[in-house]
Amino acid sequence: MNRHLISAADLSRDDALRVLDTADELARISDRPIKKLPTLRGRTVVNLFFEDSTRTRISFEAAAKRLSADVINFSAKGSSVAKGESLKDTALTLEAMGADAVVIRHNASGAPHRLAEWVRGSVINAGDGAHEHPTQALLDAFTIRRRFGRSSDGQGPGGQAGRGGTLDGLRVTIVGDILHSRVARSNVILLHTLGAEVLLVAPPTLLPVAVDTWPCSIDYDLDAALPKSDVVMMLRIQLERMNAAFFPSVREYSRRYGLDCARMAQLPERAIVMHPGPMNRGVEIAAGVADSPRSTVVEQVANGVSVRMAVLYLLLGGAEGDQ
Amino acid sequence: MSANGGGAWLIRGARPLGGEPADIGVRDGLVAGVGPGAAAEAGPGAQVLDAAGLIALPGLVDLHTHLREPGREDAETVETGTMAAALGGFTAVHAMANTEPVADTAGVVEQIWRLGRQAGHCDVLPVGAVTSGLAGQQLAELGAMADSAARVRIFSDDGRCVSDAVLMRRALEYVKAFDGVIAQHAQEPRLTEGAQMNEGEMSGRLGLTGWPAVAEEAVIARDCLLAAHVGSALHLCHVSTAGSVEIIRWAKSKGWRVTAEVTPHHLLLTDDLVASYDPVYKVNPPLRTAADVAALRGALADGTIDCVATDHAPHPLEYKETEWAAAAFGMTGLETALRAVHEAMVETGLLDWAGVADRMSARPAAIGRLSGHGQPLAPGSAASLTLYDPGPREAVDPASHASRSRNTPFAGRVLPGRVVATFLRGRPTVLDGKLA
Repeated sequence: MNRHLISAADLSRDDALRVLDTADELARISDRPIKKLPTLRGRTVVNLFFEDSTRTRISFEAAAKRLSADVINFSAKGSSVAKGESLKDTALTLEAMGADAVVIRHNASGAPHRLAEWVRGSVINAGDGAHEHPTQALLDAFTIRRRFGRSSDGQGPGGQAGRGGTLDGLRVTIVGDILHSRVARSNVILLHTLGAEVLLVAPPTLLPVAVDTWPCSIDYDLDAALPKSDVVMMLRIQLERMNAAFFPSVREYSRRYGLDCARMAQLPERAIVMHPGPMNRGVEIAAGVADSPRSTVVEQVANGVSVRMAVLYLLLGGAEGDQ
Repeated sequence: MSANGGGAWLIRGARPLGGEPADIGVRDGLVAGVGPGAAAEAGPGAQVLDAAGLIALPGLVDLHTHLREPGREDAETVETGTMAAALGGFTAVHAMANTEPVADTAGVVEQIWRLGRQAGHCDVLPVGAVTSGLAGQQLAELGAMADSAARVRIFSDDGRCVSDAVLMRRALEYVKAFDGVIAQHAQEPRLTEGAQMNEGEMSGRLGLTGWPAVAEEAVIARDCLLAAHVGSALHLCHVSTAGSVEIIRWAKSKGWRVTAEVTPHHLLLTDDLVASYDPVYKVNPPLRTAADVAALRGALADGTIDCVATDHAPHPLEYKETEWAAAAFGMTGLETALRAVHEAMVETGLLDWAGVADRMSARPAAIGRLSGHGQPLAPGSAASLTLYDPGPREAVDPASHASRSRNTPFAGRVLPGRVVATFLRGRPTVLDGKLA
């Protein structure tokens, strides 16, 4: 594995499977009464959040604490960042404090790349602008693997872990604002790496130019895509996109690209519905879909902790005893 | 000593425009003789410069330089910017108007012109703003700037596009009275709101807001039509796309008075460099694709694009040591321009050295209405010339640059050649690669 996790493209197929297998093992520990492991005792993980994202931050915080790491939360609000301190000075401050890993969320694409030039610790991208969000893709892949019965059956970290399966042949449809979505970018890369067939469905205004060069296919018609989807991933739509003429109205968007109960009925029997959250119920996803047995929304949150534990464990050398 | 203070020089064995070796005699600020009679014309007291193997070019002329003074002397001053120019082989630079205060009055352009005269490293020709404060609302006093001591002939809101069609039309018309030219920074503002890099495969992958080629091409097409309609001279700054080349080629085929420039970085660099997210590659217009680079090279070779201009845009370190979106647009270029053109155009066989002299000296001088620059290396011409050694290949070291800023995209990259000497009207400004 690389020292950093900045893009899903940093992960080879073997790397990705290793993260997922490790997450499987760590998830089993999370089912025990005492959830904490001593693995990262004495290591410091900094959560550096320049954007509000309570759910991602607490997921990383829970992951680090279950591995016994010391966690420092550094949020742009109420810190020197709000007073105009540069990213570089913030990085040098964290470096002086001896951060072993920095988890960064930033509204500028590429901020984690810059940070990695200024700190010695591992940099984990927790979402940068419209670029990537690799741990979200990992937790999505993990969730898909579990739902389709392809997970590993190993005994524990460092032990003779069983090898879980790939996503070969699974058809994953990602629906919504691809243009501005870091979740979509990381998922296209990672799901392709793991062997899934990815289809993007969106109004043409919300697809990047040259999206035809991505390792996936494209459709504008959600109804045509659903019957051939094993997984449907609905992306959150930012309501203010309407004002920039990306679509005419929220109602029209919802009619053409929202997943309601009637559309869900077009899915194959075993298909699942995913959403990275937070959801706009009644816009991209109907309440009846979000709360249906097909929906994995709550599992995704739980799986996020296991996957982030695995990432911290592998990047911070918790697996040094492994071959 | 001559009236120009440079004395007499005998430049031995240089290759004028890359041709056969010939001596060049310099006296009283003029080229006194070229070839066998040069020594006699220079006179017995002439200082001798051994220039064997060096290519002699007329002094380079830059139509597009940001000297940052007044206002941002932390990035560059007229003194340091013209030092960089001389070291790059330039004998004249046009200083863009987006200073603080803006060069939109006779007073400011005369101040910049005087600072250039005092520095003495090369001639400084101020560019006047088209609109007051670059605000795009009303015309600046173009006539006052034209009539000032600075004799402004090029007017530009560079950094901003004169996007209002009526204002652009009036500006084009108005400057006809004093043989002026409007230099347009072609960028449709609505199509480029928040734009960070070329819109294409890379912007989609990197999640950076795209700057589409059409935002440049649409304005160029409109302005060519406007220039034709009112019979005025239009110059197009830093052309960056293959589509722009096609439109300019068409406009020229109609006989319209349209000229264009391309930067060295757009001739050599592509948008895949942005994958590092290092803002040293952030520039406006943005780095484009390999297909655009090929079209720009072809257009410079066939004359569709008239000249090379640096768009030298110095910025202090803290403007680039940031995340991409927060960084300033711009690259330095004066000290690497000739070497970059050598690699992009000469080593590829697209231009010979006579062609380089045309595109970097004669044509820009003609567009800027400069009488004392861009002249042939012949007796009677102003002795403003550059001696260039095409042999060395060395990595670009920003720390060695005279510019006050270090934001060169070529840092660490090996480029061919070395500027050995620059003469301004018979007086050396650079000797042995150092300021004289």
